Amino acid sequence: MLSRVADNLYWMSRYLERAEHTARLLDVQLGLILESGHEPGDGRWLRLVQCLGITAKPPSEGGPSRLIHWLAFDPASRSSIVTAIGVARENARQVREMISSEMWEQVNRMYHDARAISSGGYQDRDPQDFLREVITGCHLFRGLLAATMNHGEGWQFIRLGRHIERAGLVSTLLDVHFREFLPDGSSGIDPADHLEWIGLLKSCTAFEAYCKVYTAELGAGKIAEFLLLNREFPHSVRYAVDSIQRGLEALPEGASSQGSNRLHRLAGRLQASLSFSQMDEILADGLSAYLADVQRQCIQIHHVLHQVYIDYPIETAIEA
Amino acid sequence: MSTAPIRGLQMQTTSPFTGYLLGSSYDEMFSAAGVPRAHYSALHRHLIDLPDEQMRRRKSVADQSFLHQGITFTVYGRDEGTERIFPHDLVPRIITSNEWSRVEKGLEQRIRALNEFLKDIYHEGRILNDNVVPREMVYSCRHFRREMRGLDVPRGIYITVVGTDLIRLPSGEFVVLEDNLRVPSGVSYMLTSRQVMKRVFPEWFRQTQVRPIEHYPHALLSTLRSLSPEGRTDPTIVLLSPGVFNSAYFEHAFLARQMGIQLVEGRDLVVNDNILYMRTTTGLERVDVIYRRVDDDFIDPLAFRSDSILGVPGVFNAYRSGNVTLANAIGTGVADDKALYAYVPRIIRYYLNEDPIIDNVETFLMTDDKERSHVLSNLEQFVVKAVGESGGYGMLIGPHSTAAERGEFRERIQADPRNYIAQPTIQLSTAPCFIDGAIEPRHIDLRPYILFGEKVTIVPGGLTRVALKKGSLVVNSSQGGGSKDTWVVNE
Repeated sequence: MLSRVADNLYWMSRYLERAEHTARLLDVQLGLILESGHEPGDGRWLRLVQCLGITAKPPSEGGPSRLIHWLAFDPASRSSIVTAIGVARENARQVREMISSEMWEQVNRMYHDARAISSGGYQDRDPQDFLREVITGCHLFRGLLAATMNHGEGWQFIRLGRHIERAGLVSTLLDVHFREFLPDGSSGIDPADHLEWIGLLKSCTAFEAYCKVYTAELGAGKIAEFLLLNREFPHSVRYAVDSIQRGLEALPEGASSQGSNRLHRLAGRLQASLSFSQMDEILADGLSAYLADVQRQCIQIHHVLHQVYIDYPIETAIEA
Repeated sequence: MSTAPIRGLQMQTTSPFTGYLLGSSYDEMFSAAGVPRAHYSALHRHLIDLPDEQMRRRKSVADQSFLHQGITFTVYGRDEGTERIFPHDLVPRIITSNEWSRVEKGLEQRIRALNEFLKDIYHEGRILNDNVVPREMVYSCRHFRREMRGLDVPRGIYITVVGTDLIRLPSGEFVVLEDNLRVPSGVSYMLTSRQVMKRVFPEWFRQTQVRPIEHYPHALLSTLRSLSPEGRTDPTIVLLSPGVFNSAYFEHAFLARQMGIQLVEGRDLVVNDNILYMRTTTGLERVDVIYRRVDDDFIDPLAFRSDSILGVPGVFNAYRSGNVTLANAIGTGVADDKALYAYVPRIIRYYLNEDPIIDNVETFLMTDDKERSHVLSNLEQFVVKAVGESGGYGMLIGPHSTAAERGEFRERIQADPRNYIAQPTIQLSTAPCFIDGAIEPRHIDLRPYILFGEKVTIVPGGLTRVALKKGSLVVNSSQGGGSKDTWVVNE
């Protein structure tokens, strides 16, 4: 597979994951406002910006509606859902002969729908309609991916992109949420924040799955354990890292065998940490530090993946 | 619902052809007002029977299908909506297989002669020594590549993919308007427009024996394979595209997918020791044949334009060494120069000793004093074209021009006569098109695609381009043209 193509598939997938995650978080927050009553000021929305790991500066004037616009519909904002879908589609467009026509048509349709909405079509519509369309659209795309594309190398790069993005997004969300609602590291949940903790689970489509494991009784430690260490839940950090590990194993050896070894070592180390760590120990040593370490390792895997398969120097490849 | 029968009744009483006015051009459908030609009569009846609303609905289904499949092209020089769907007309253009077999023979003859011409001028230059084609005409052409002198190309084939523009004279006879021997485009619109038509009007295809065109990608692949370098029995073939911002990018991706070959850009390729490789996730992989959709000028910054970032440094040397095949070859543009076009009938006679089966349009060379003064004093009757331009740019259409435009072209011609030719204004044939709920005549041309490898392959039909603006004679997509499906049917 061409290195450039692998790169496009990888980024297409990362941006779609990001679009879906942003849409879900916004949807959950809009739902929370309905249930818990209006919270004055921008606090909730500025926290959401942090939860999404956005480093760009959000608009300081215009209040909540301006922030929602900036996160969802604003084509000029690099962090908006519309932009993420646009970038995903631009990457797909460059490799459209490598993905199935069904996949291309789906991402192209999402792009045209999003553009129609961002150019003014949403004022008279419930923004949650649009957010749910994005989420459903991403699900449909993944279904088409599973059903219509060869599960070969390109497919692995798409999965790697999704899971590397997801591991980063979920760990960032967990970190910001725990620092806000459990600043002293205790394990008790303030009953006033009950809905916010349900919101955290719903932001990862995890509420029902959590209840099946722990019942509807909410505990901060259990929630952290479920979203970080659960082996079977597809939005947990561990599940994402297991998938990264499996994806890397399925890839052919890259242009330099030395680099390939390093990549496997990095992914193996992170996977081992998530597989064998105890939640009480992580909490005792500081959840935030642990999550920061997970994020750092994901970024490292991303860089080495690129060095091995995409940006390798010609000289090493010709000697080999 | 209660209004439906009334609407139906109205439809039966008004024919969509009510406003159809025949001009001086040959009309593809009608031999006289209200009298369809035999091969069009079934379609004519269908169109009359089809309720207006059905036609509109199917038109919108077709448009959606083009948009969702991303069948778009890029218009240069506009910020907003740079990506547009290719305008498509639903009424097919029909050619009988008798007419077609003559066109086919004529095209094959022309391609073989032009290929001989290229081989000759890049080797001994017999045709120049014999003064059949003036030497300075060849050497002064912007697309003549000295670097190709004495180079033997695989199987002696220079022009692998050709798109020849044909038009129909008022007499009904097909003539060649232009040969496109460099990187002709549009074949993807021919293929996708057929796909969409089959989806939108399946009943038409069930009732008519339309000759298939779907084998084009496979034929192209076999043609490219037959040109692989000596000793490379299982060649790796790639399609080289300038990238996603090129107006024909959709086509590049479409053809690569249909052929199952890699779509590459310059940055994916690297030359080492005169061998061409592509960068893959598992290392470098050797490439044997390039179907290139990048112009000569841009293909190798070391050999041609040094400011090109679309090309591959060193690829021309790899080509010269015989390690990689380029299709089409470098330097083929000299044979589709608009001034050399006037010599093609002589070129056919010279190499093949045959009379041309398809004629040229009468062409006046501005380098000839007598012809020039004749054209300059009757400029309003002529179409003037710059020889190096394509895509409908740099043209003067005399009857539609203003005095100021004519004055400007007069000066330009006098300043640089080699750069211009003139042709009488020809009324291209018209064909029925679906325009705002009615059917109206519009001017069309025909671009068949010819493949030349081990043998010559021409898929039946080609791309029919339509000048969608009323009365316009310019069919190029960059100038507001569209396309329609082209059917070759047995009589």
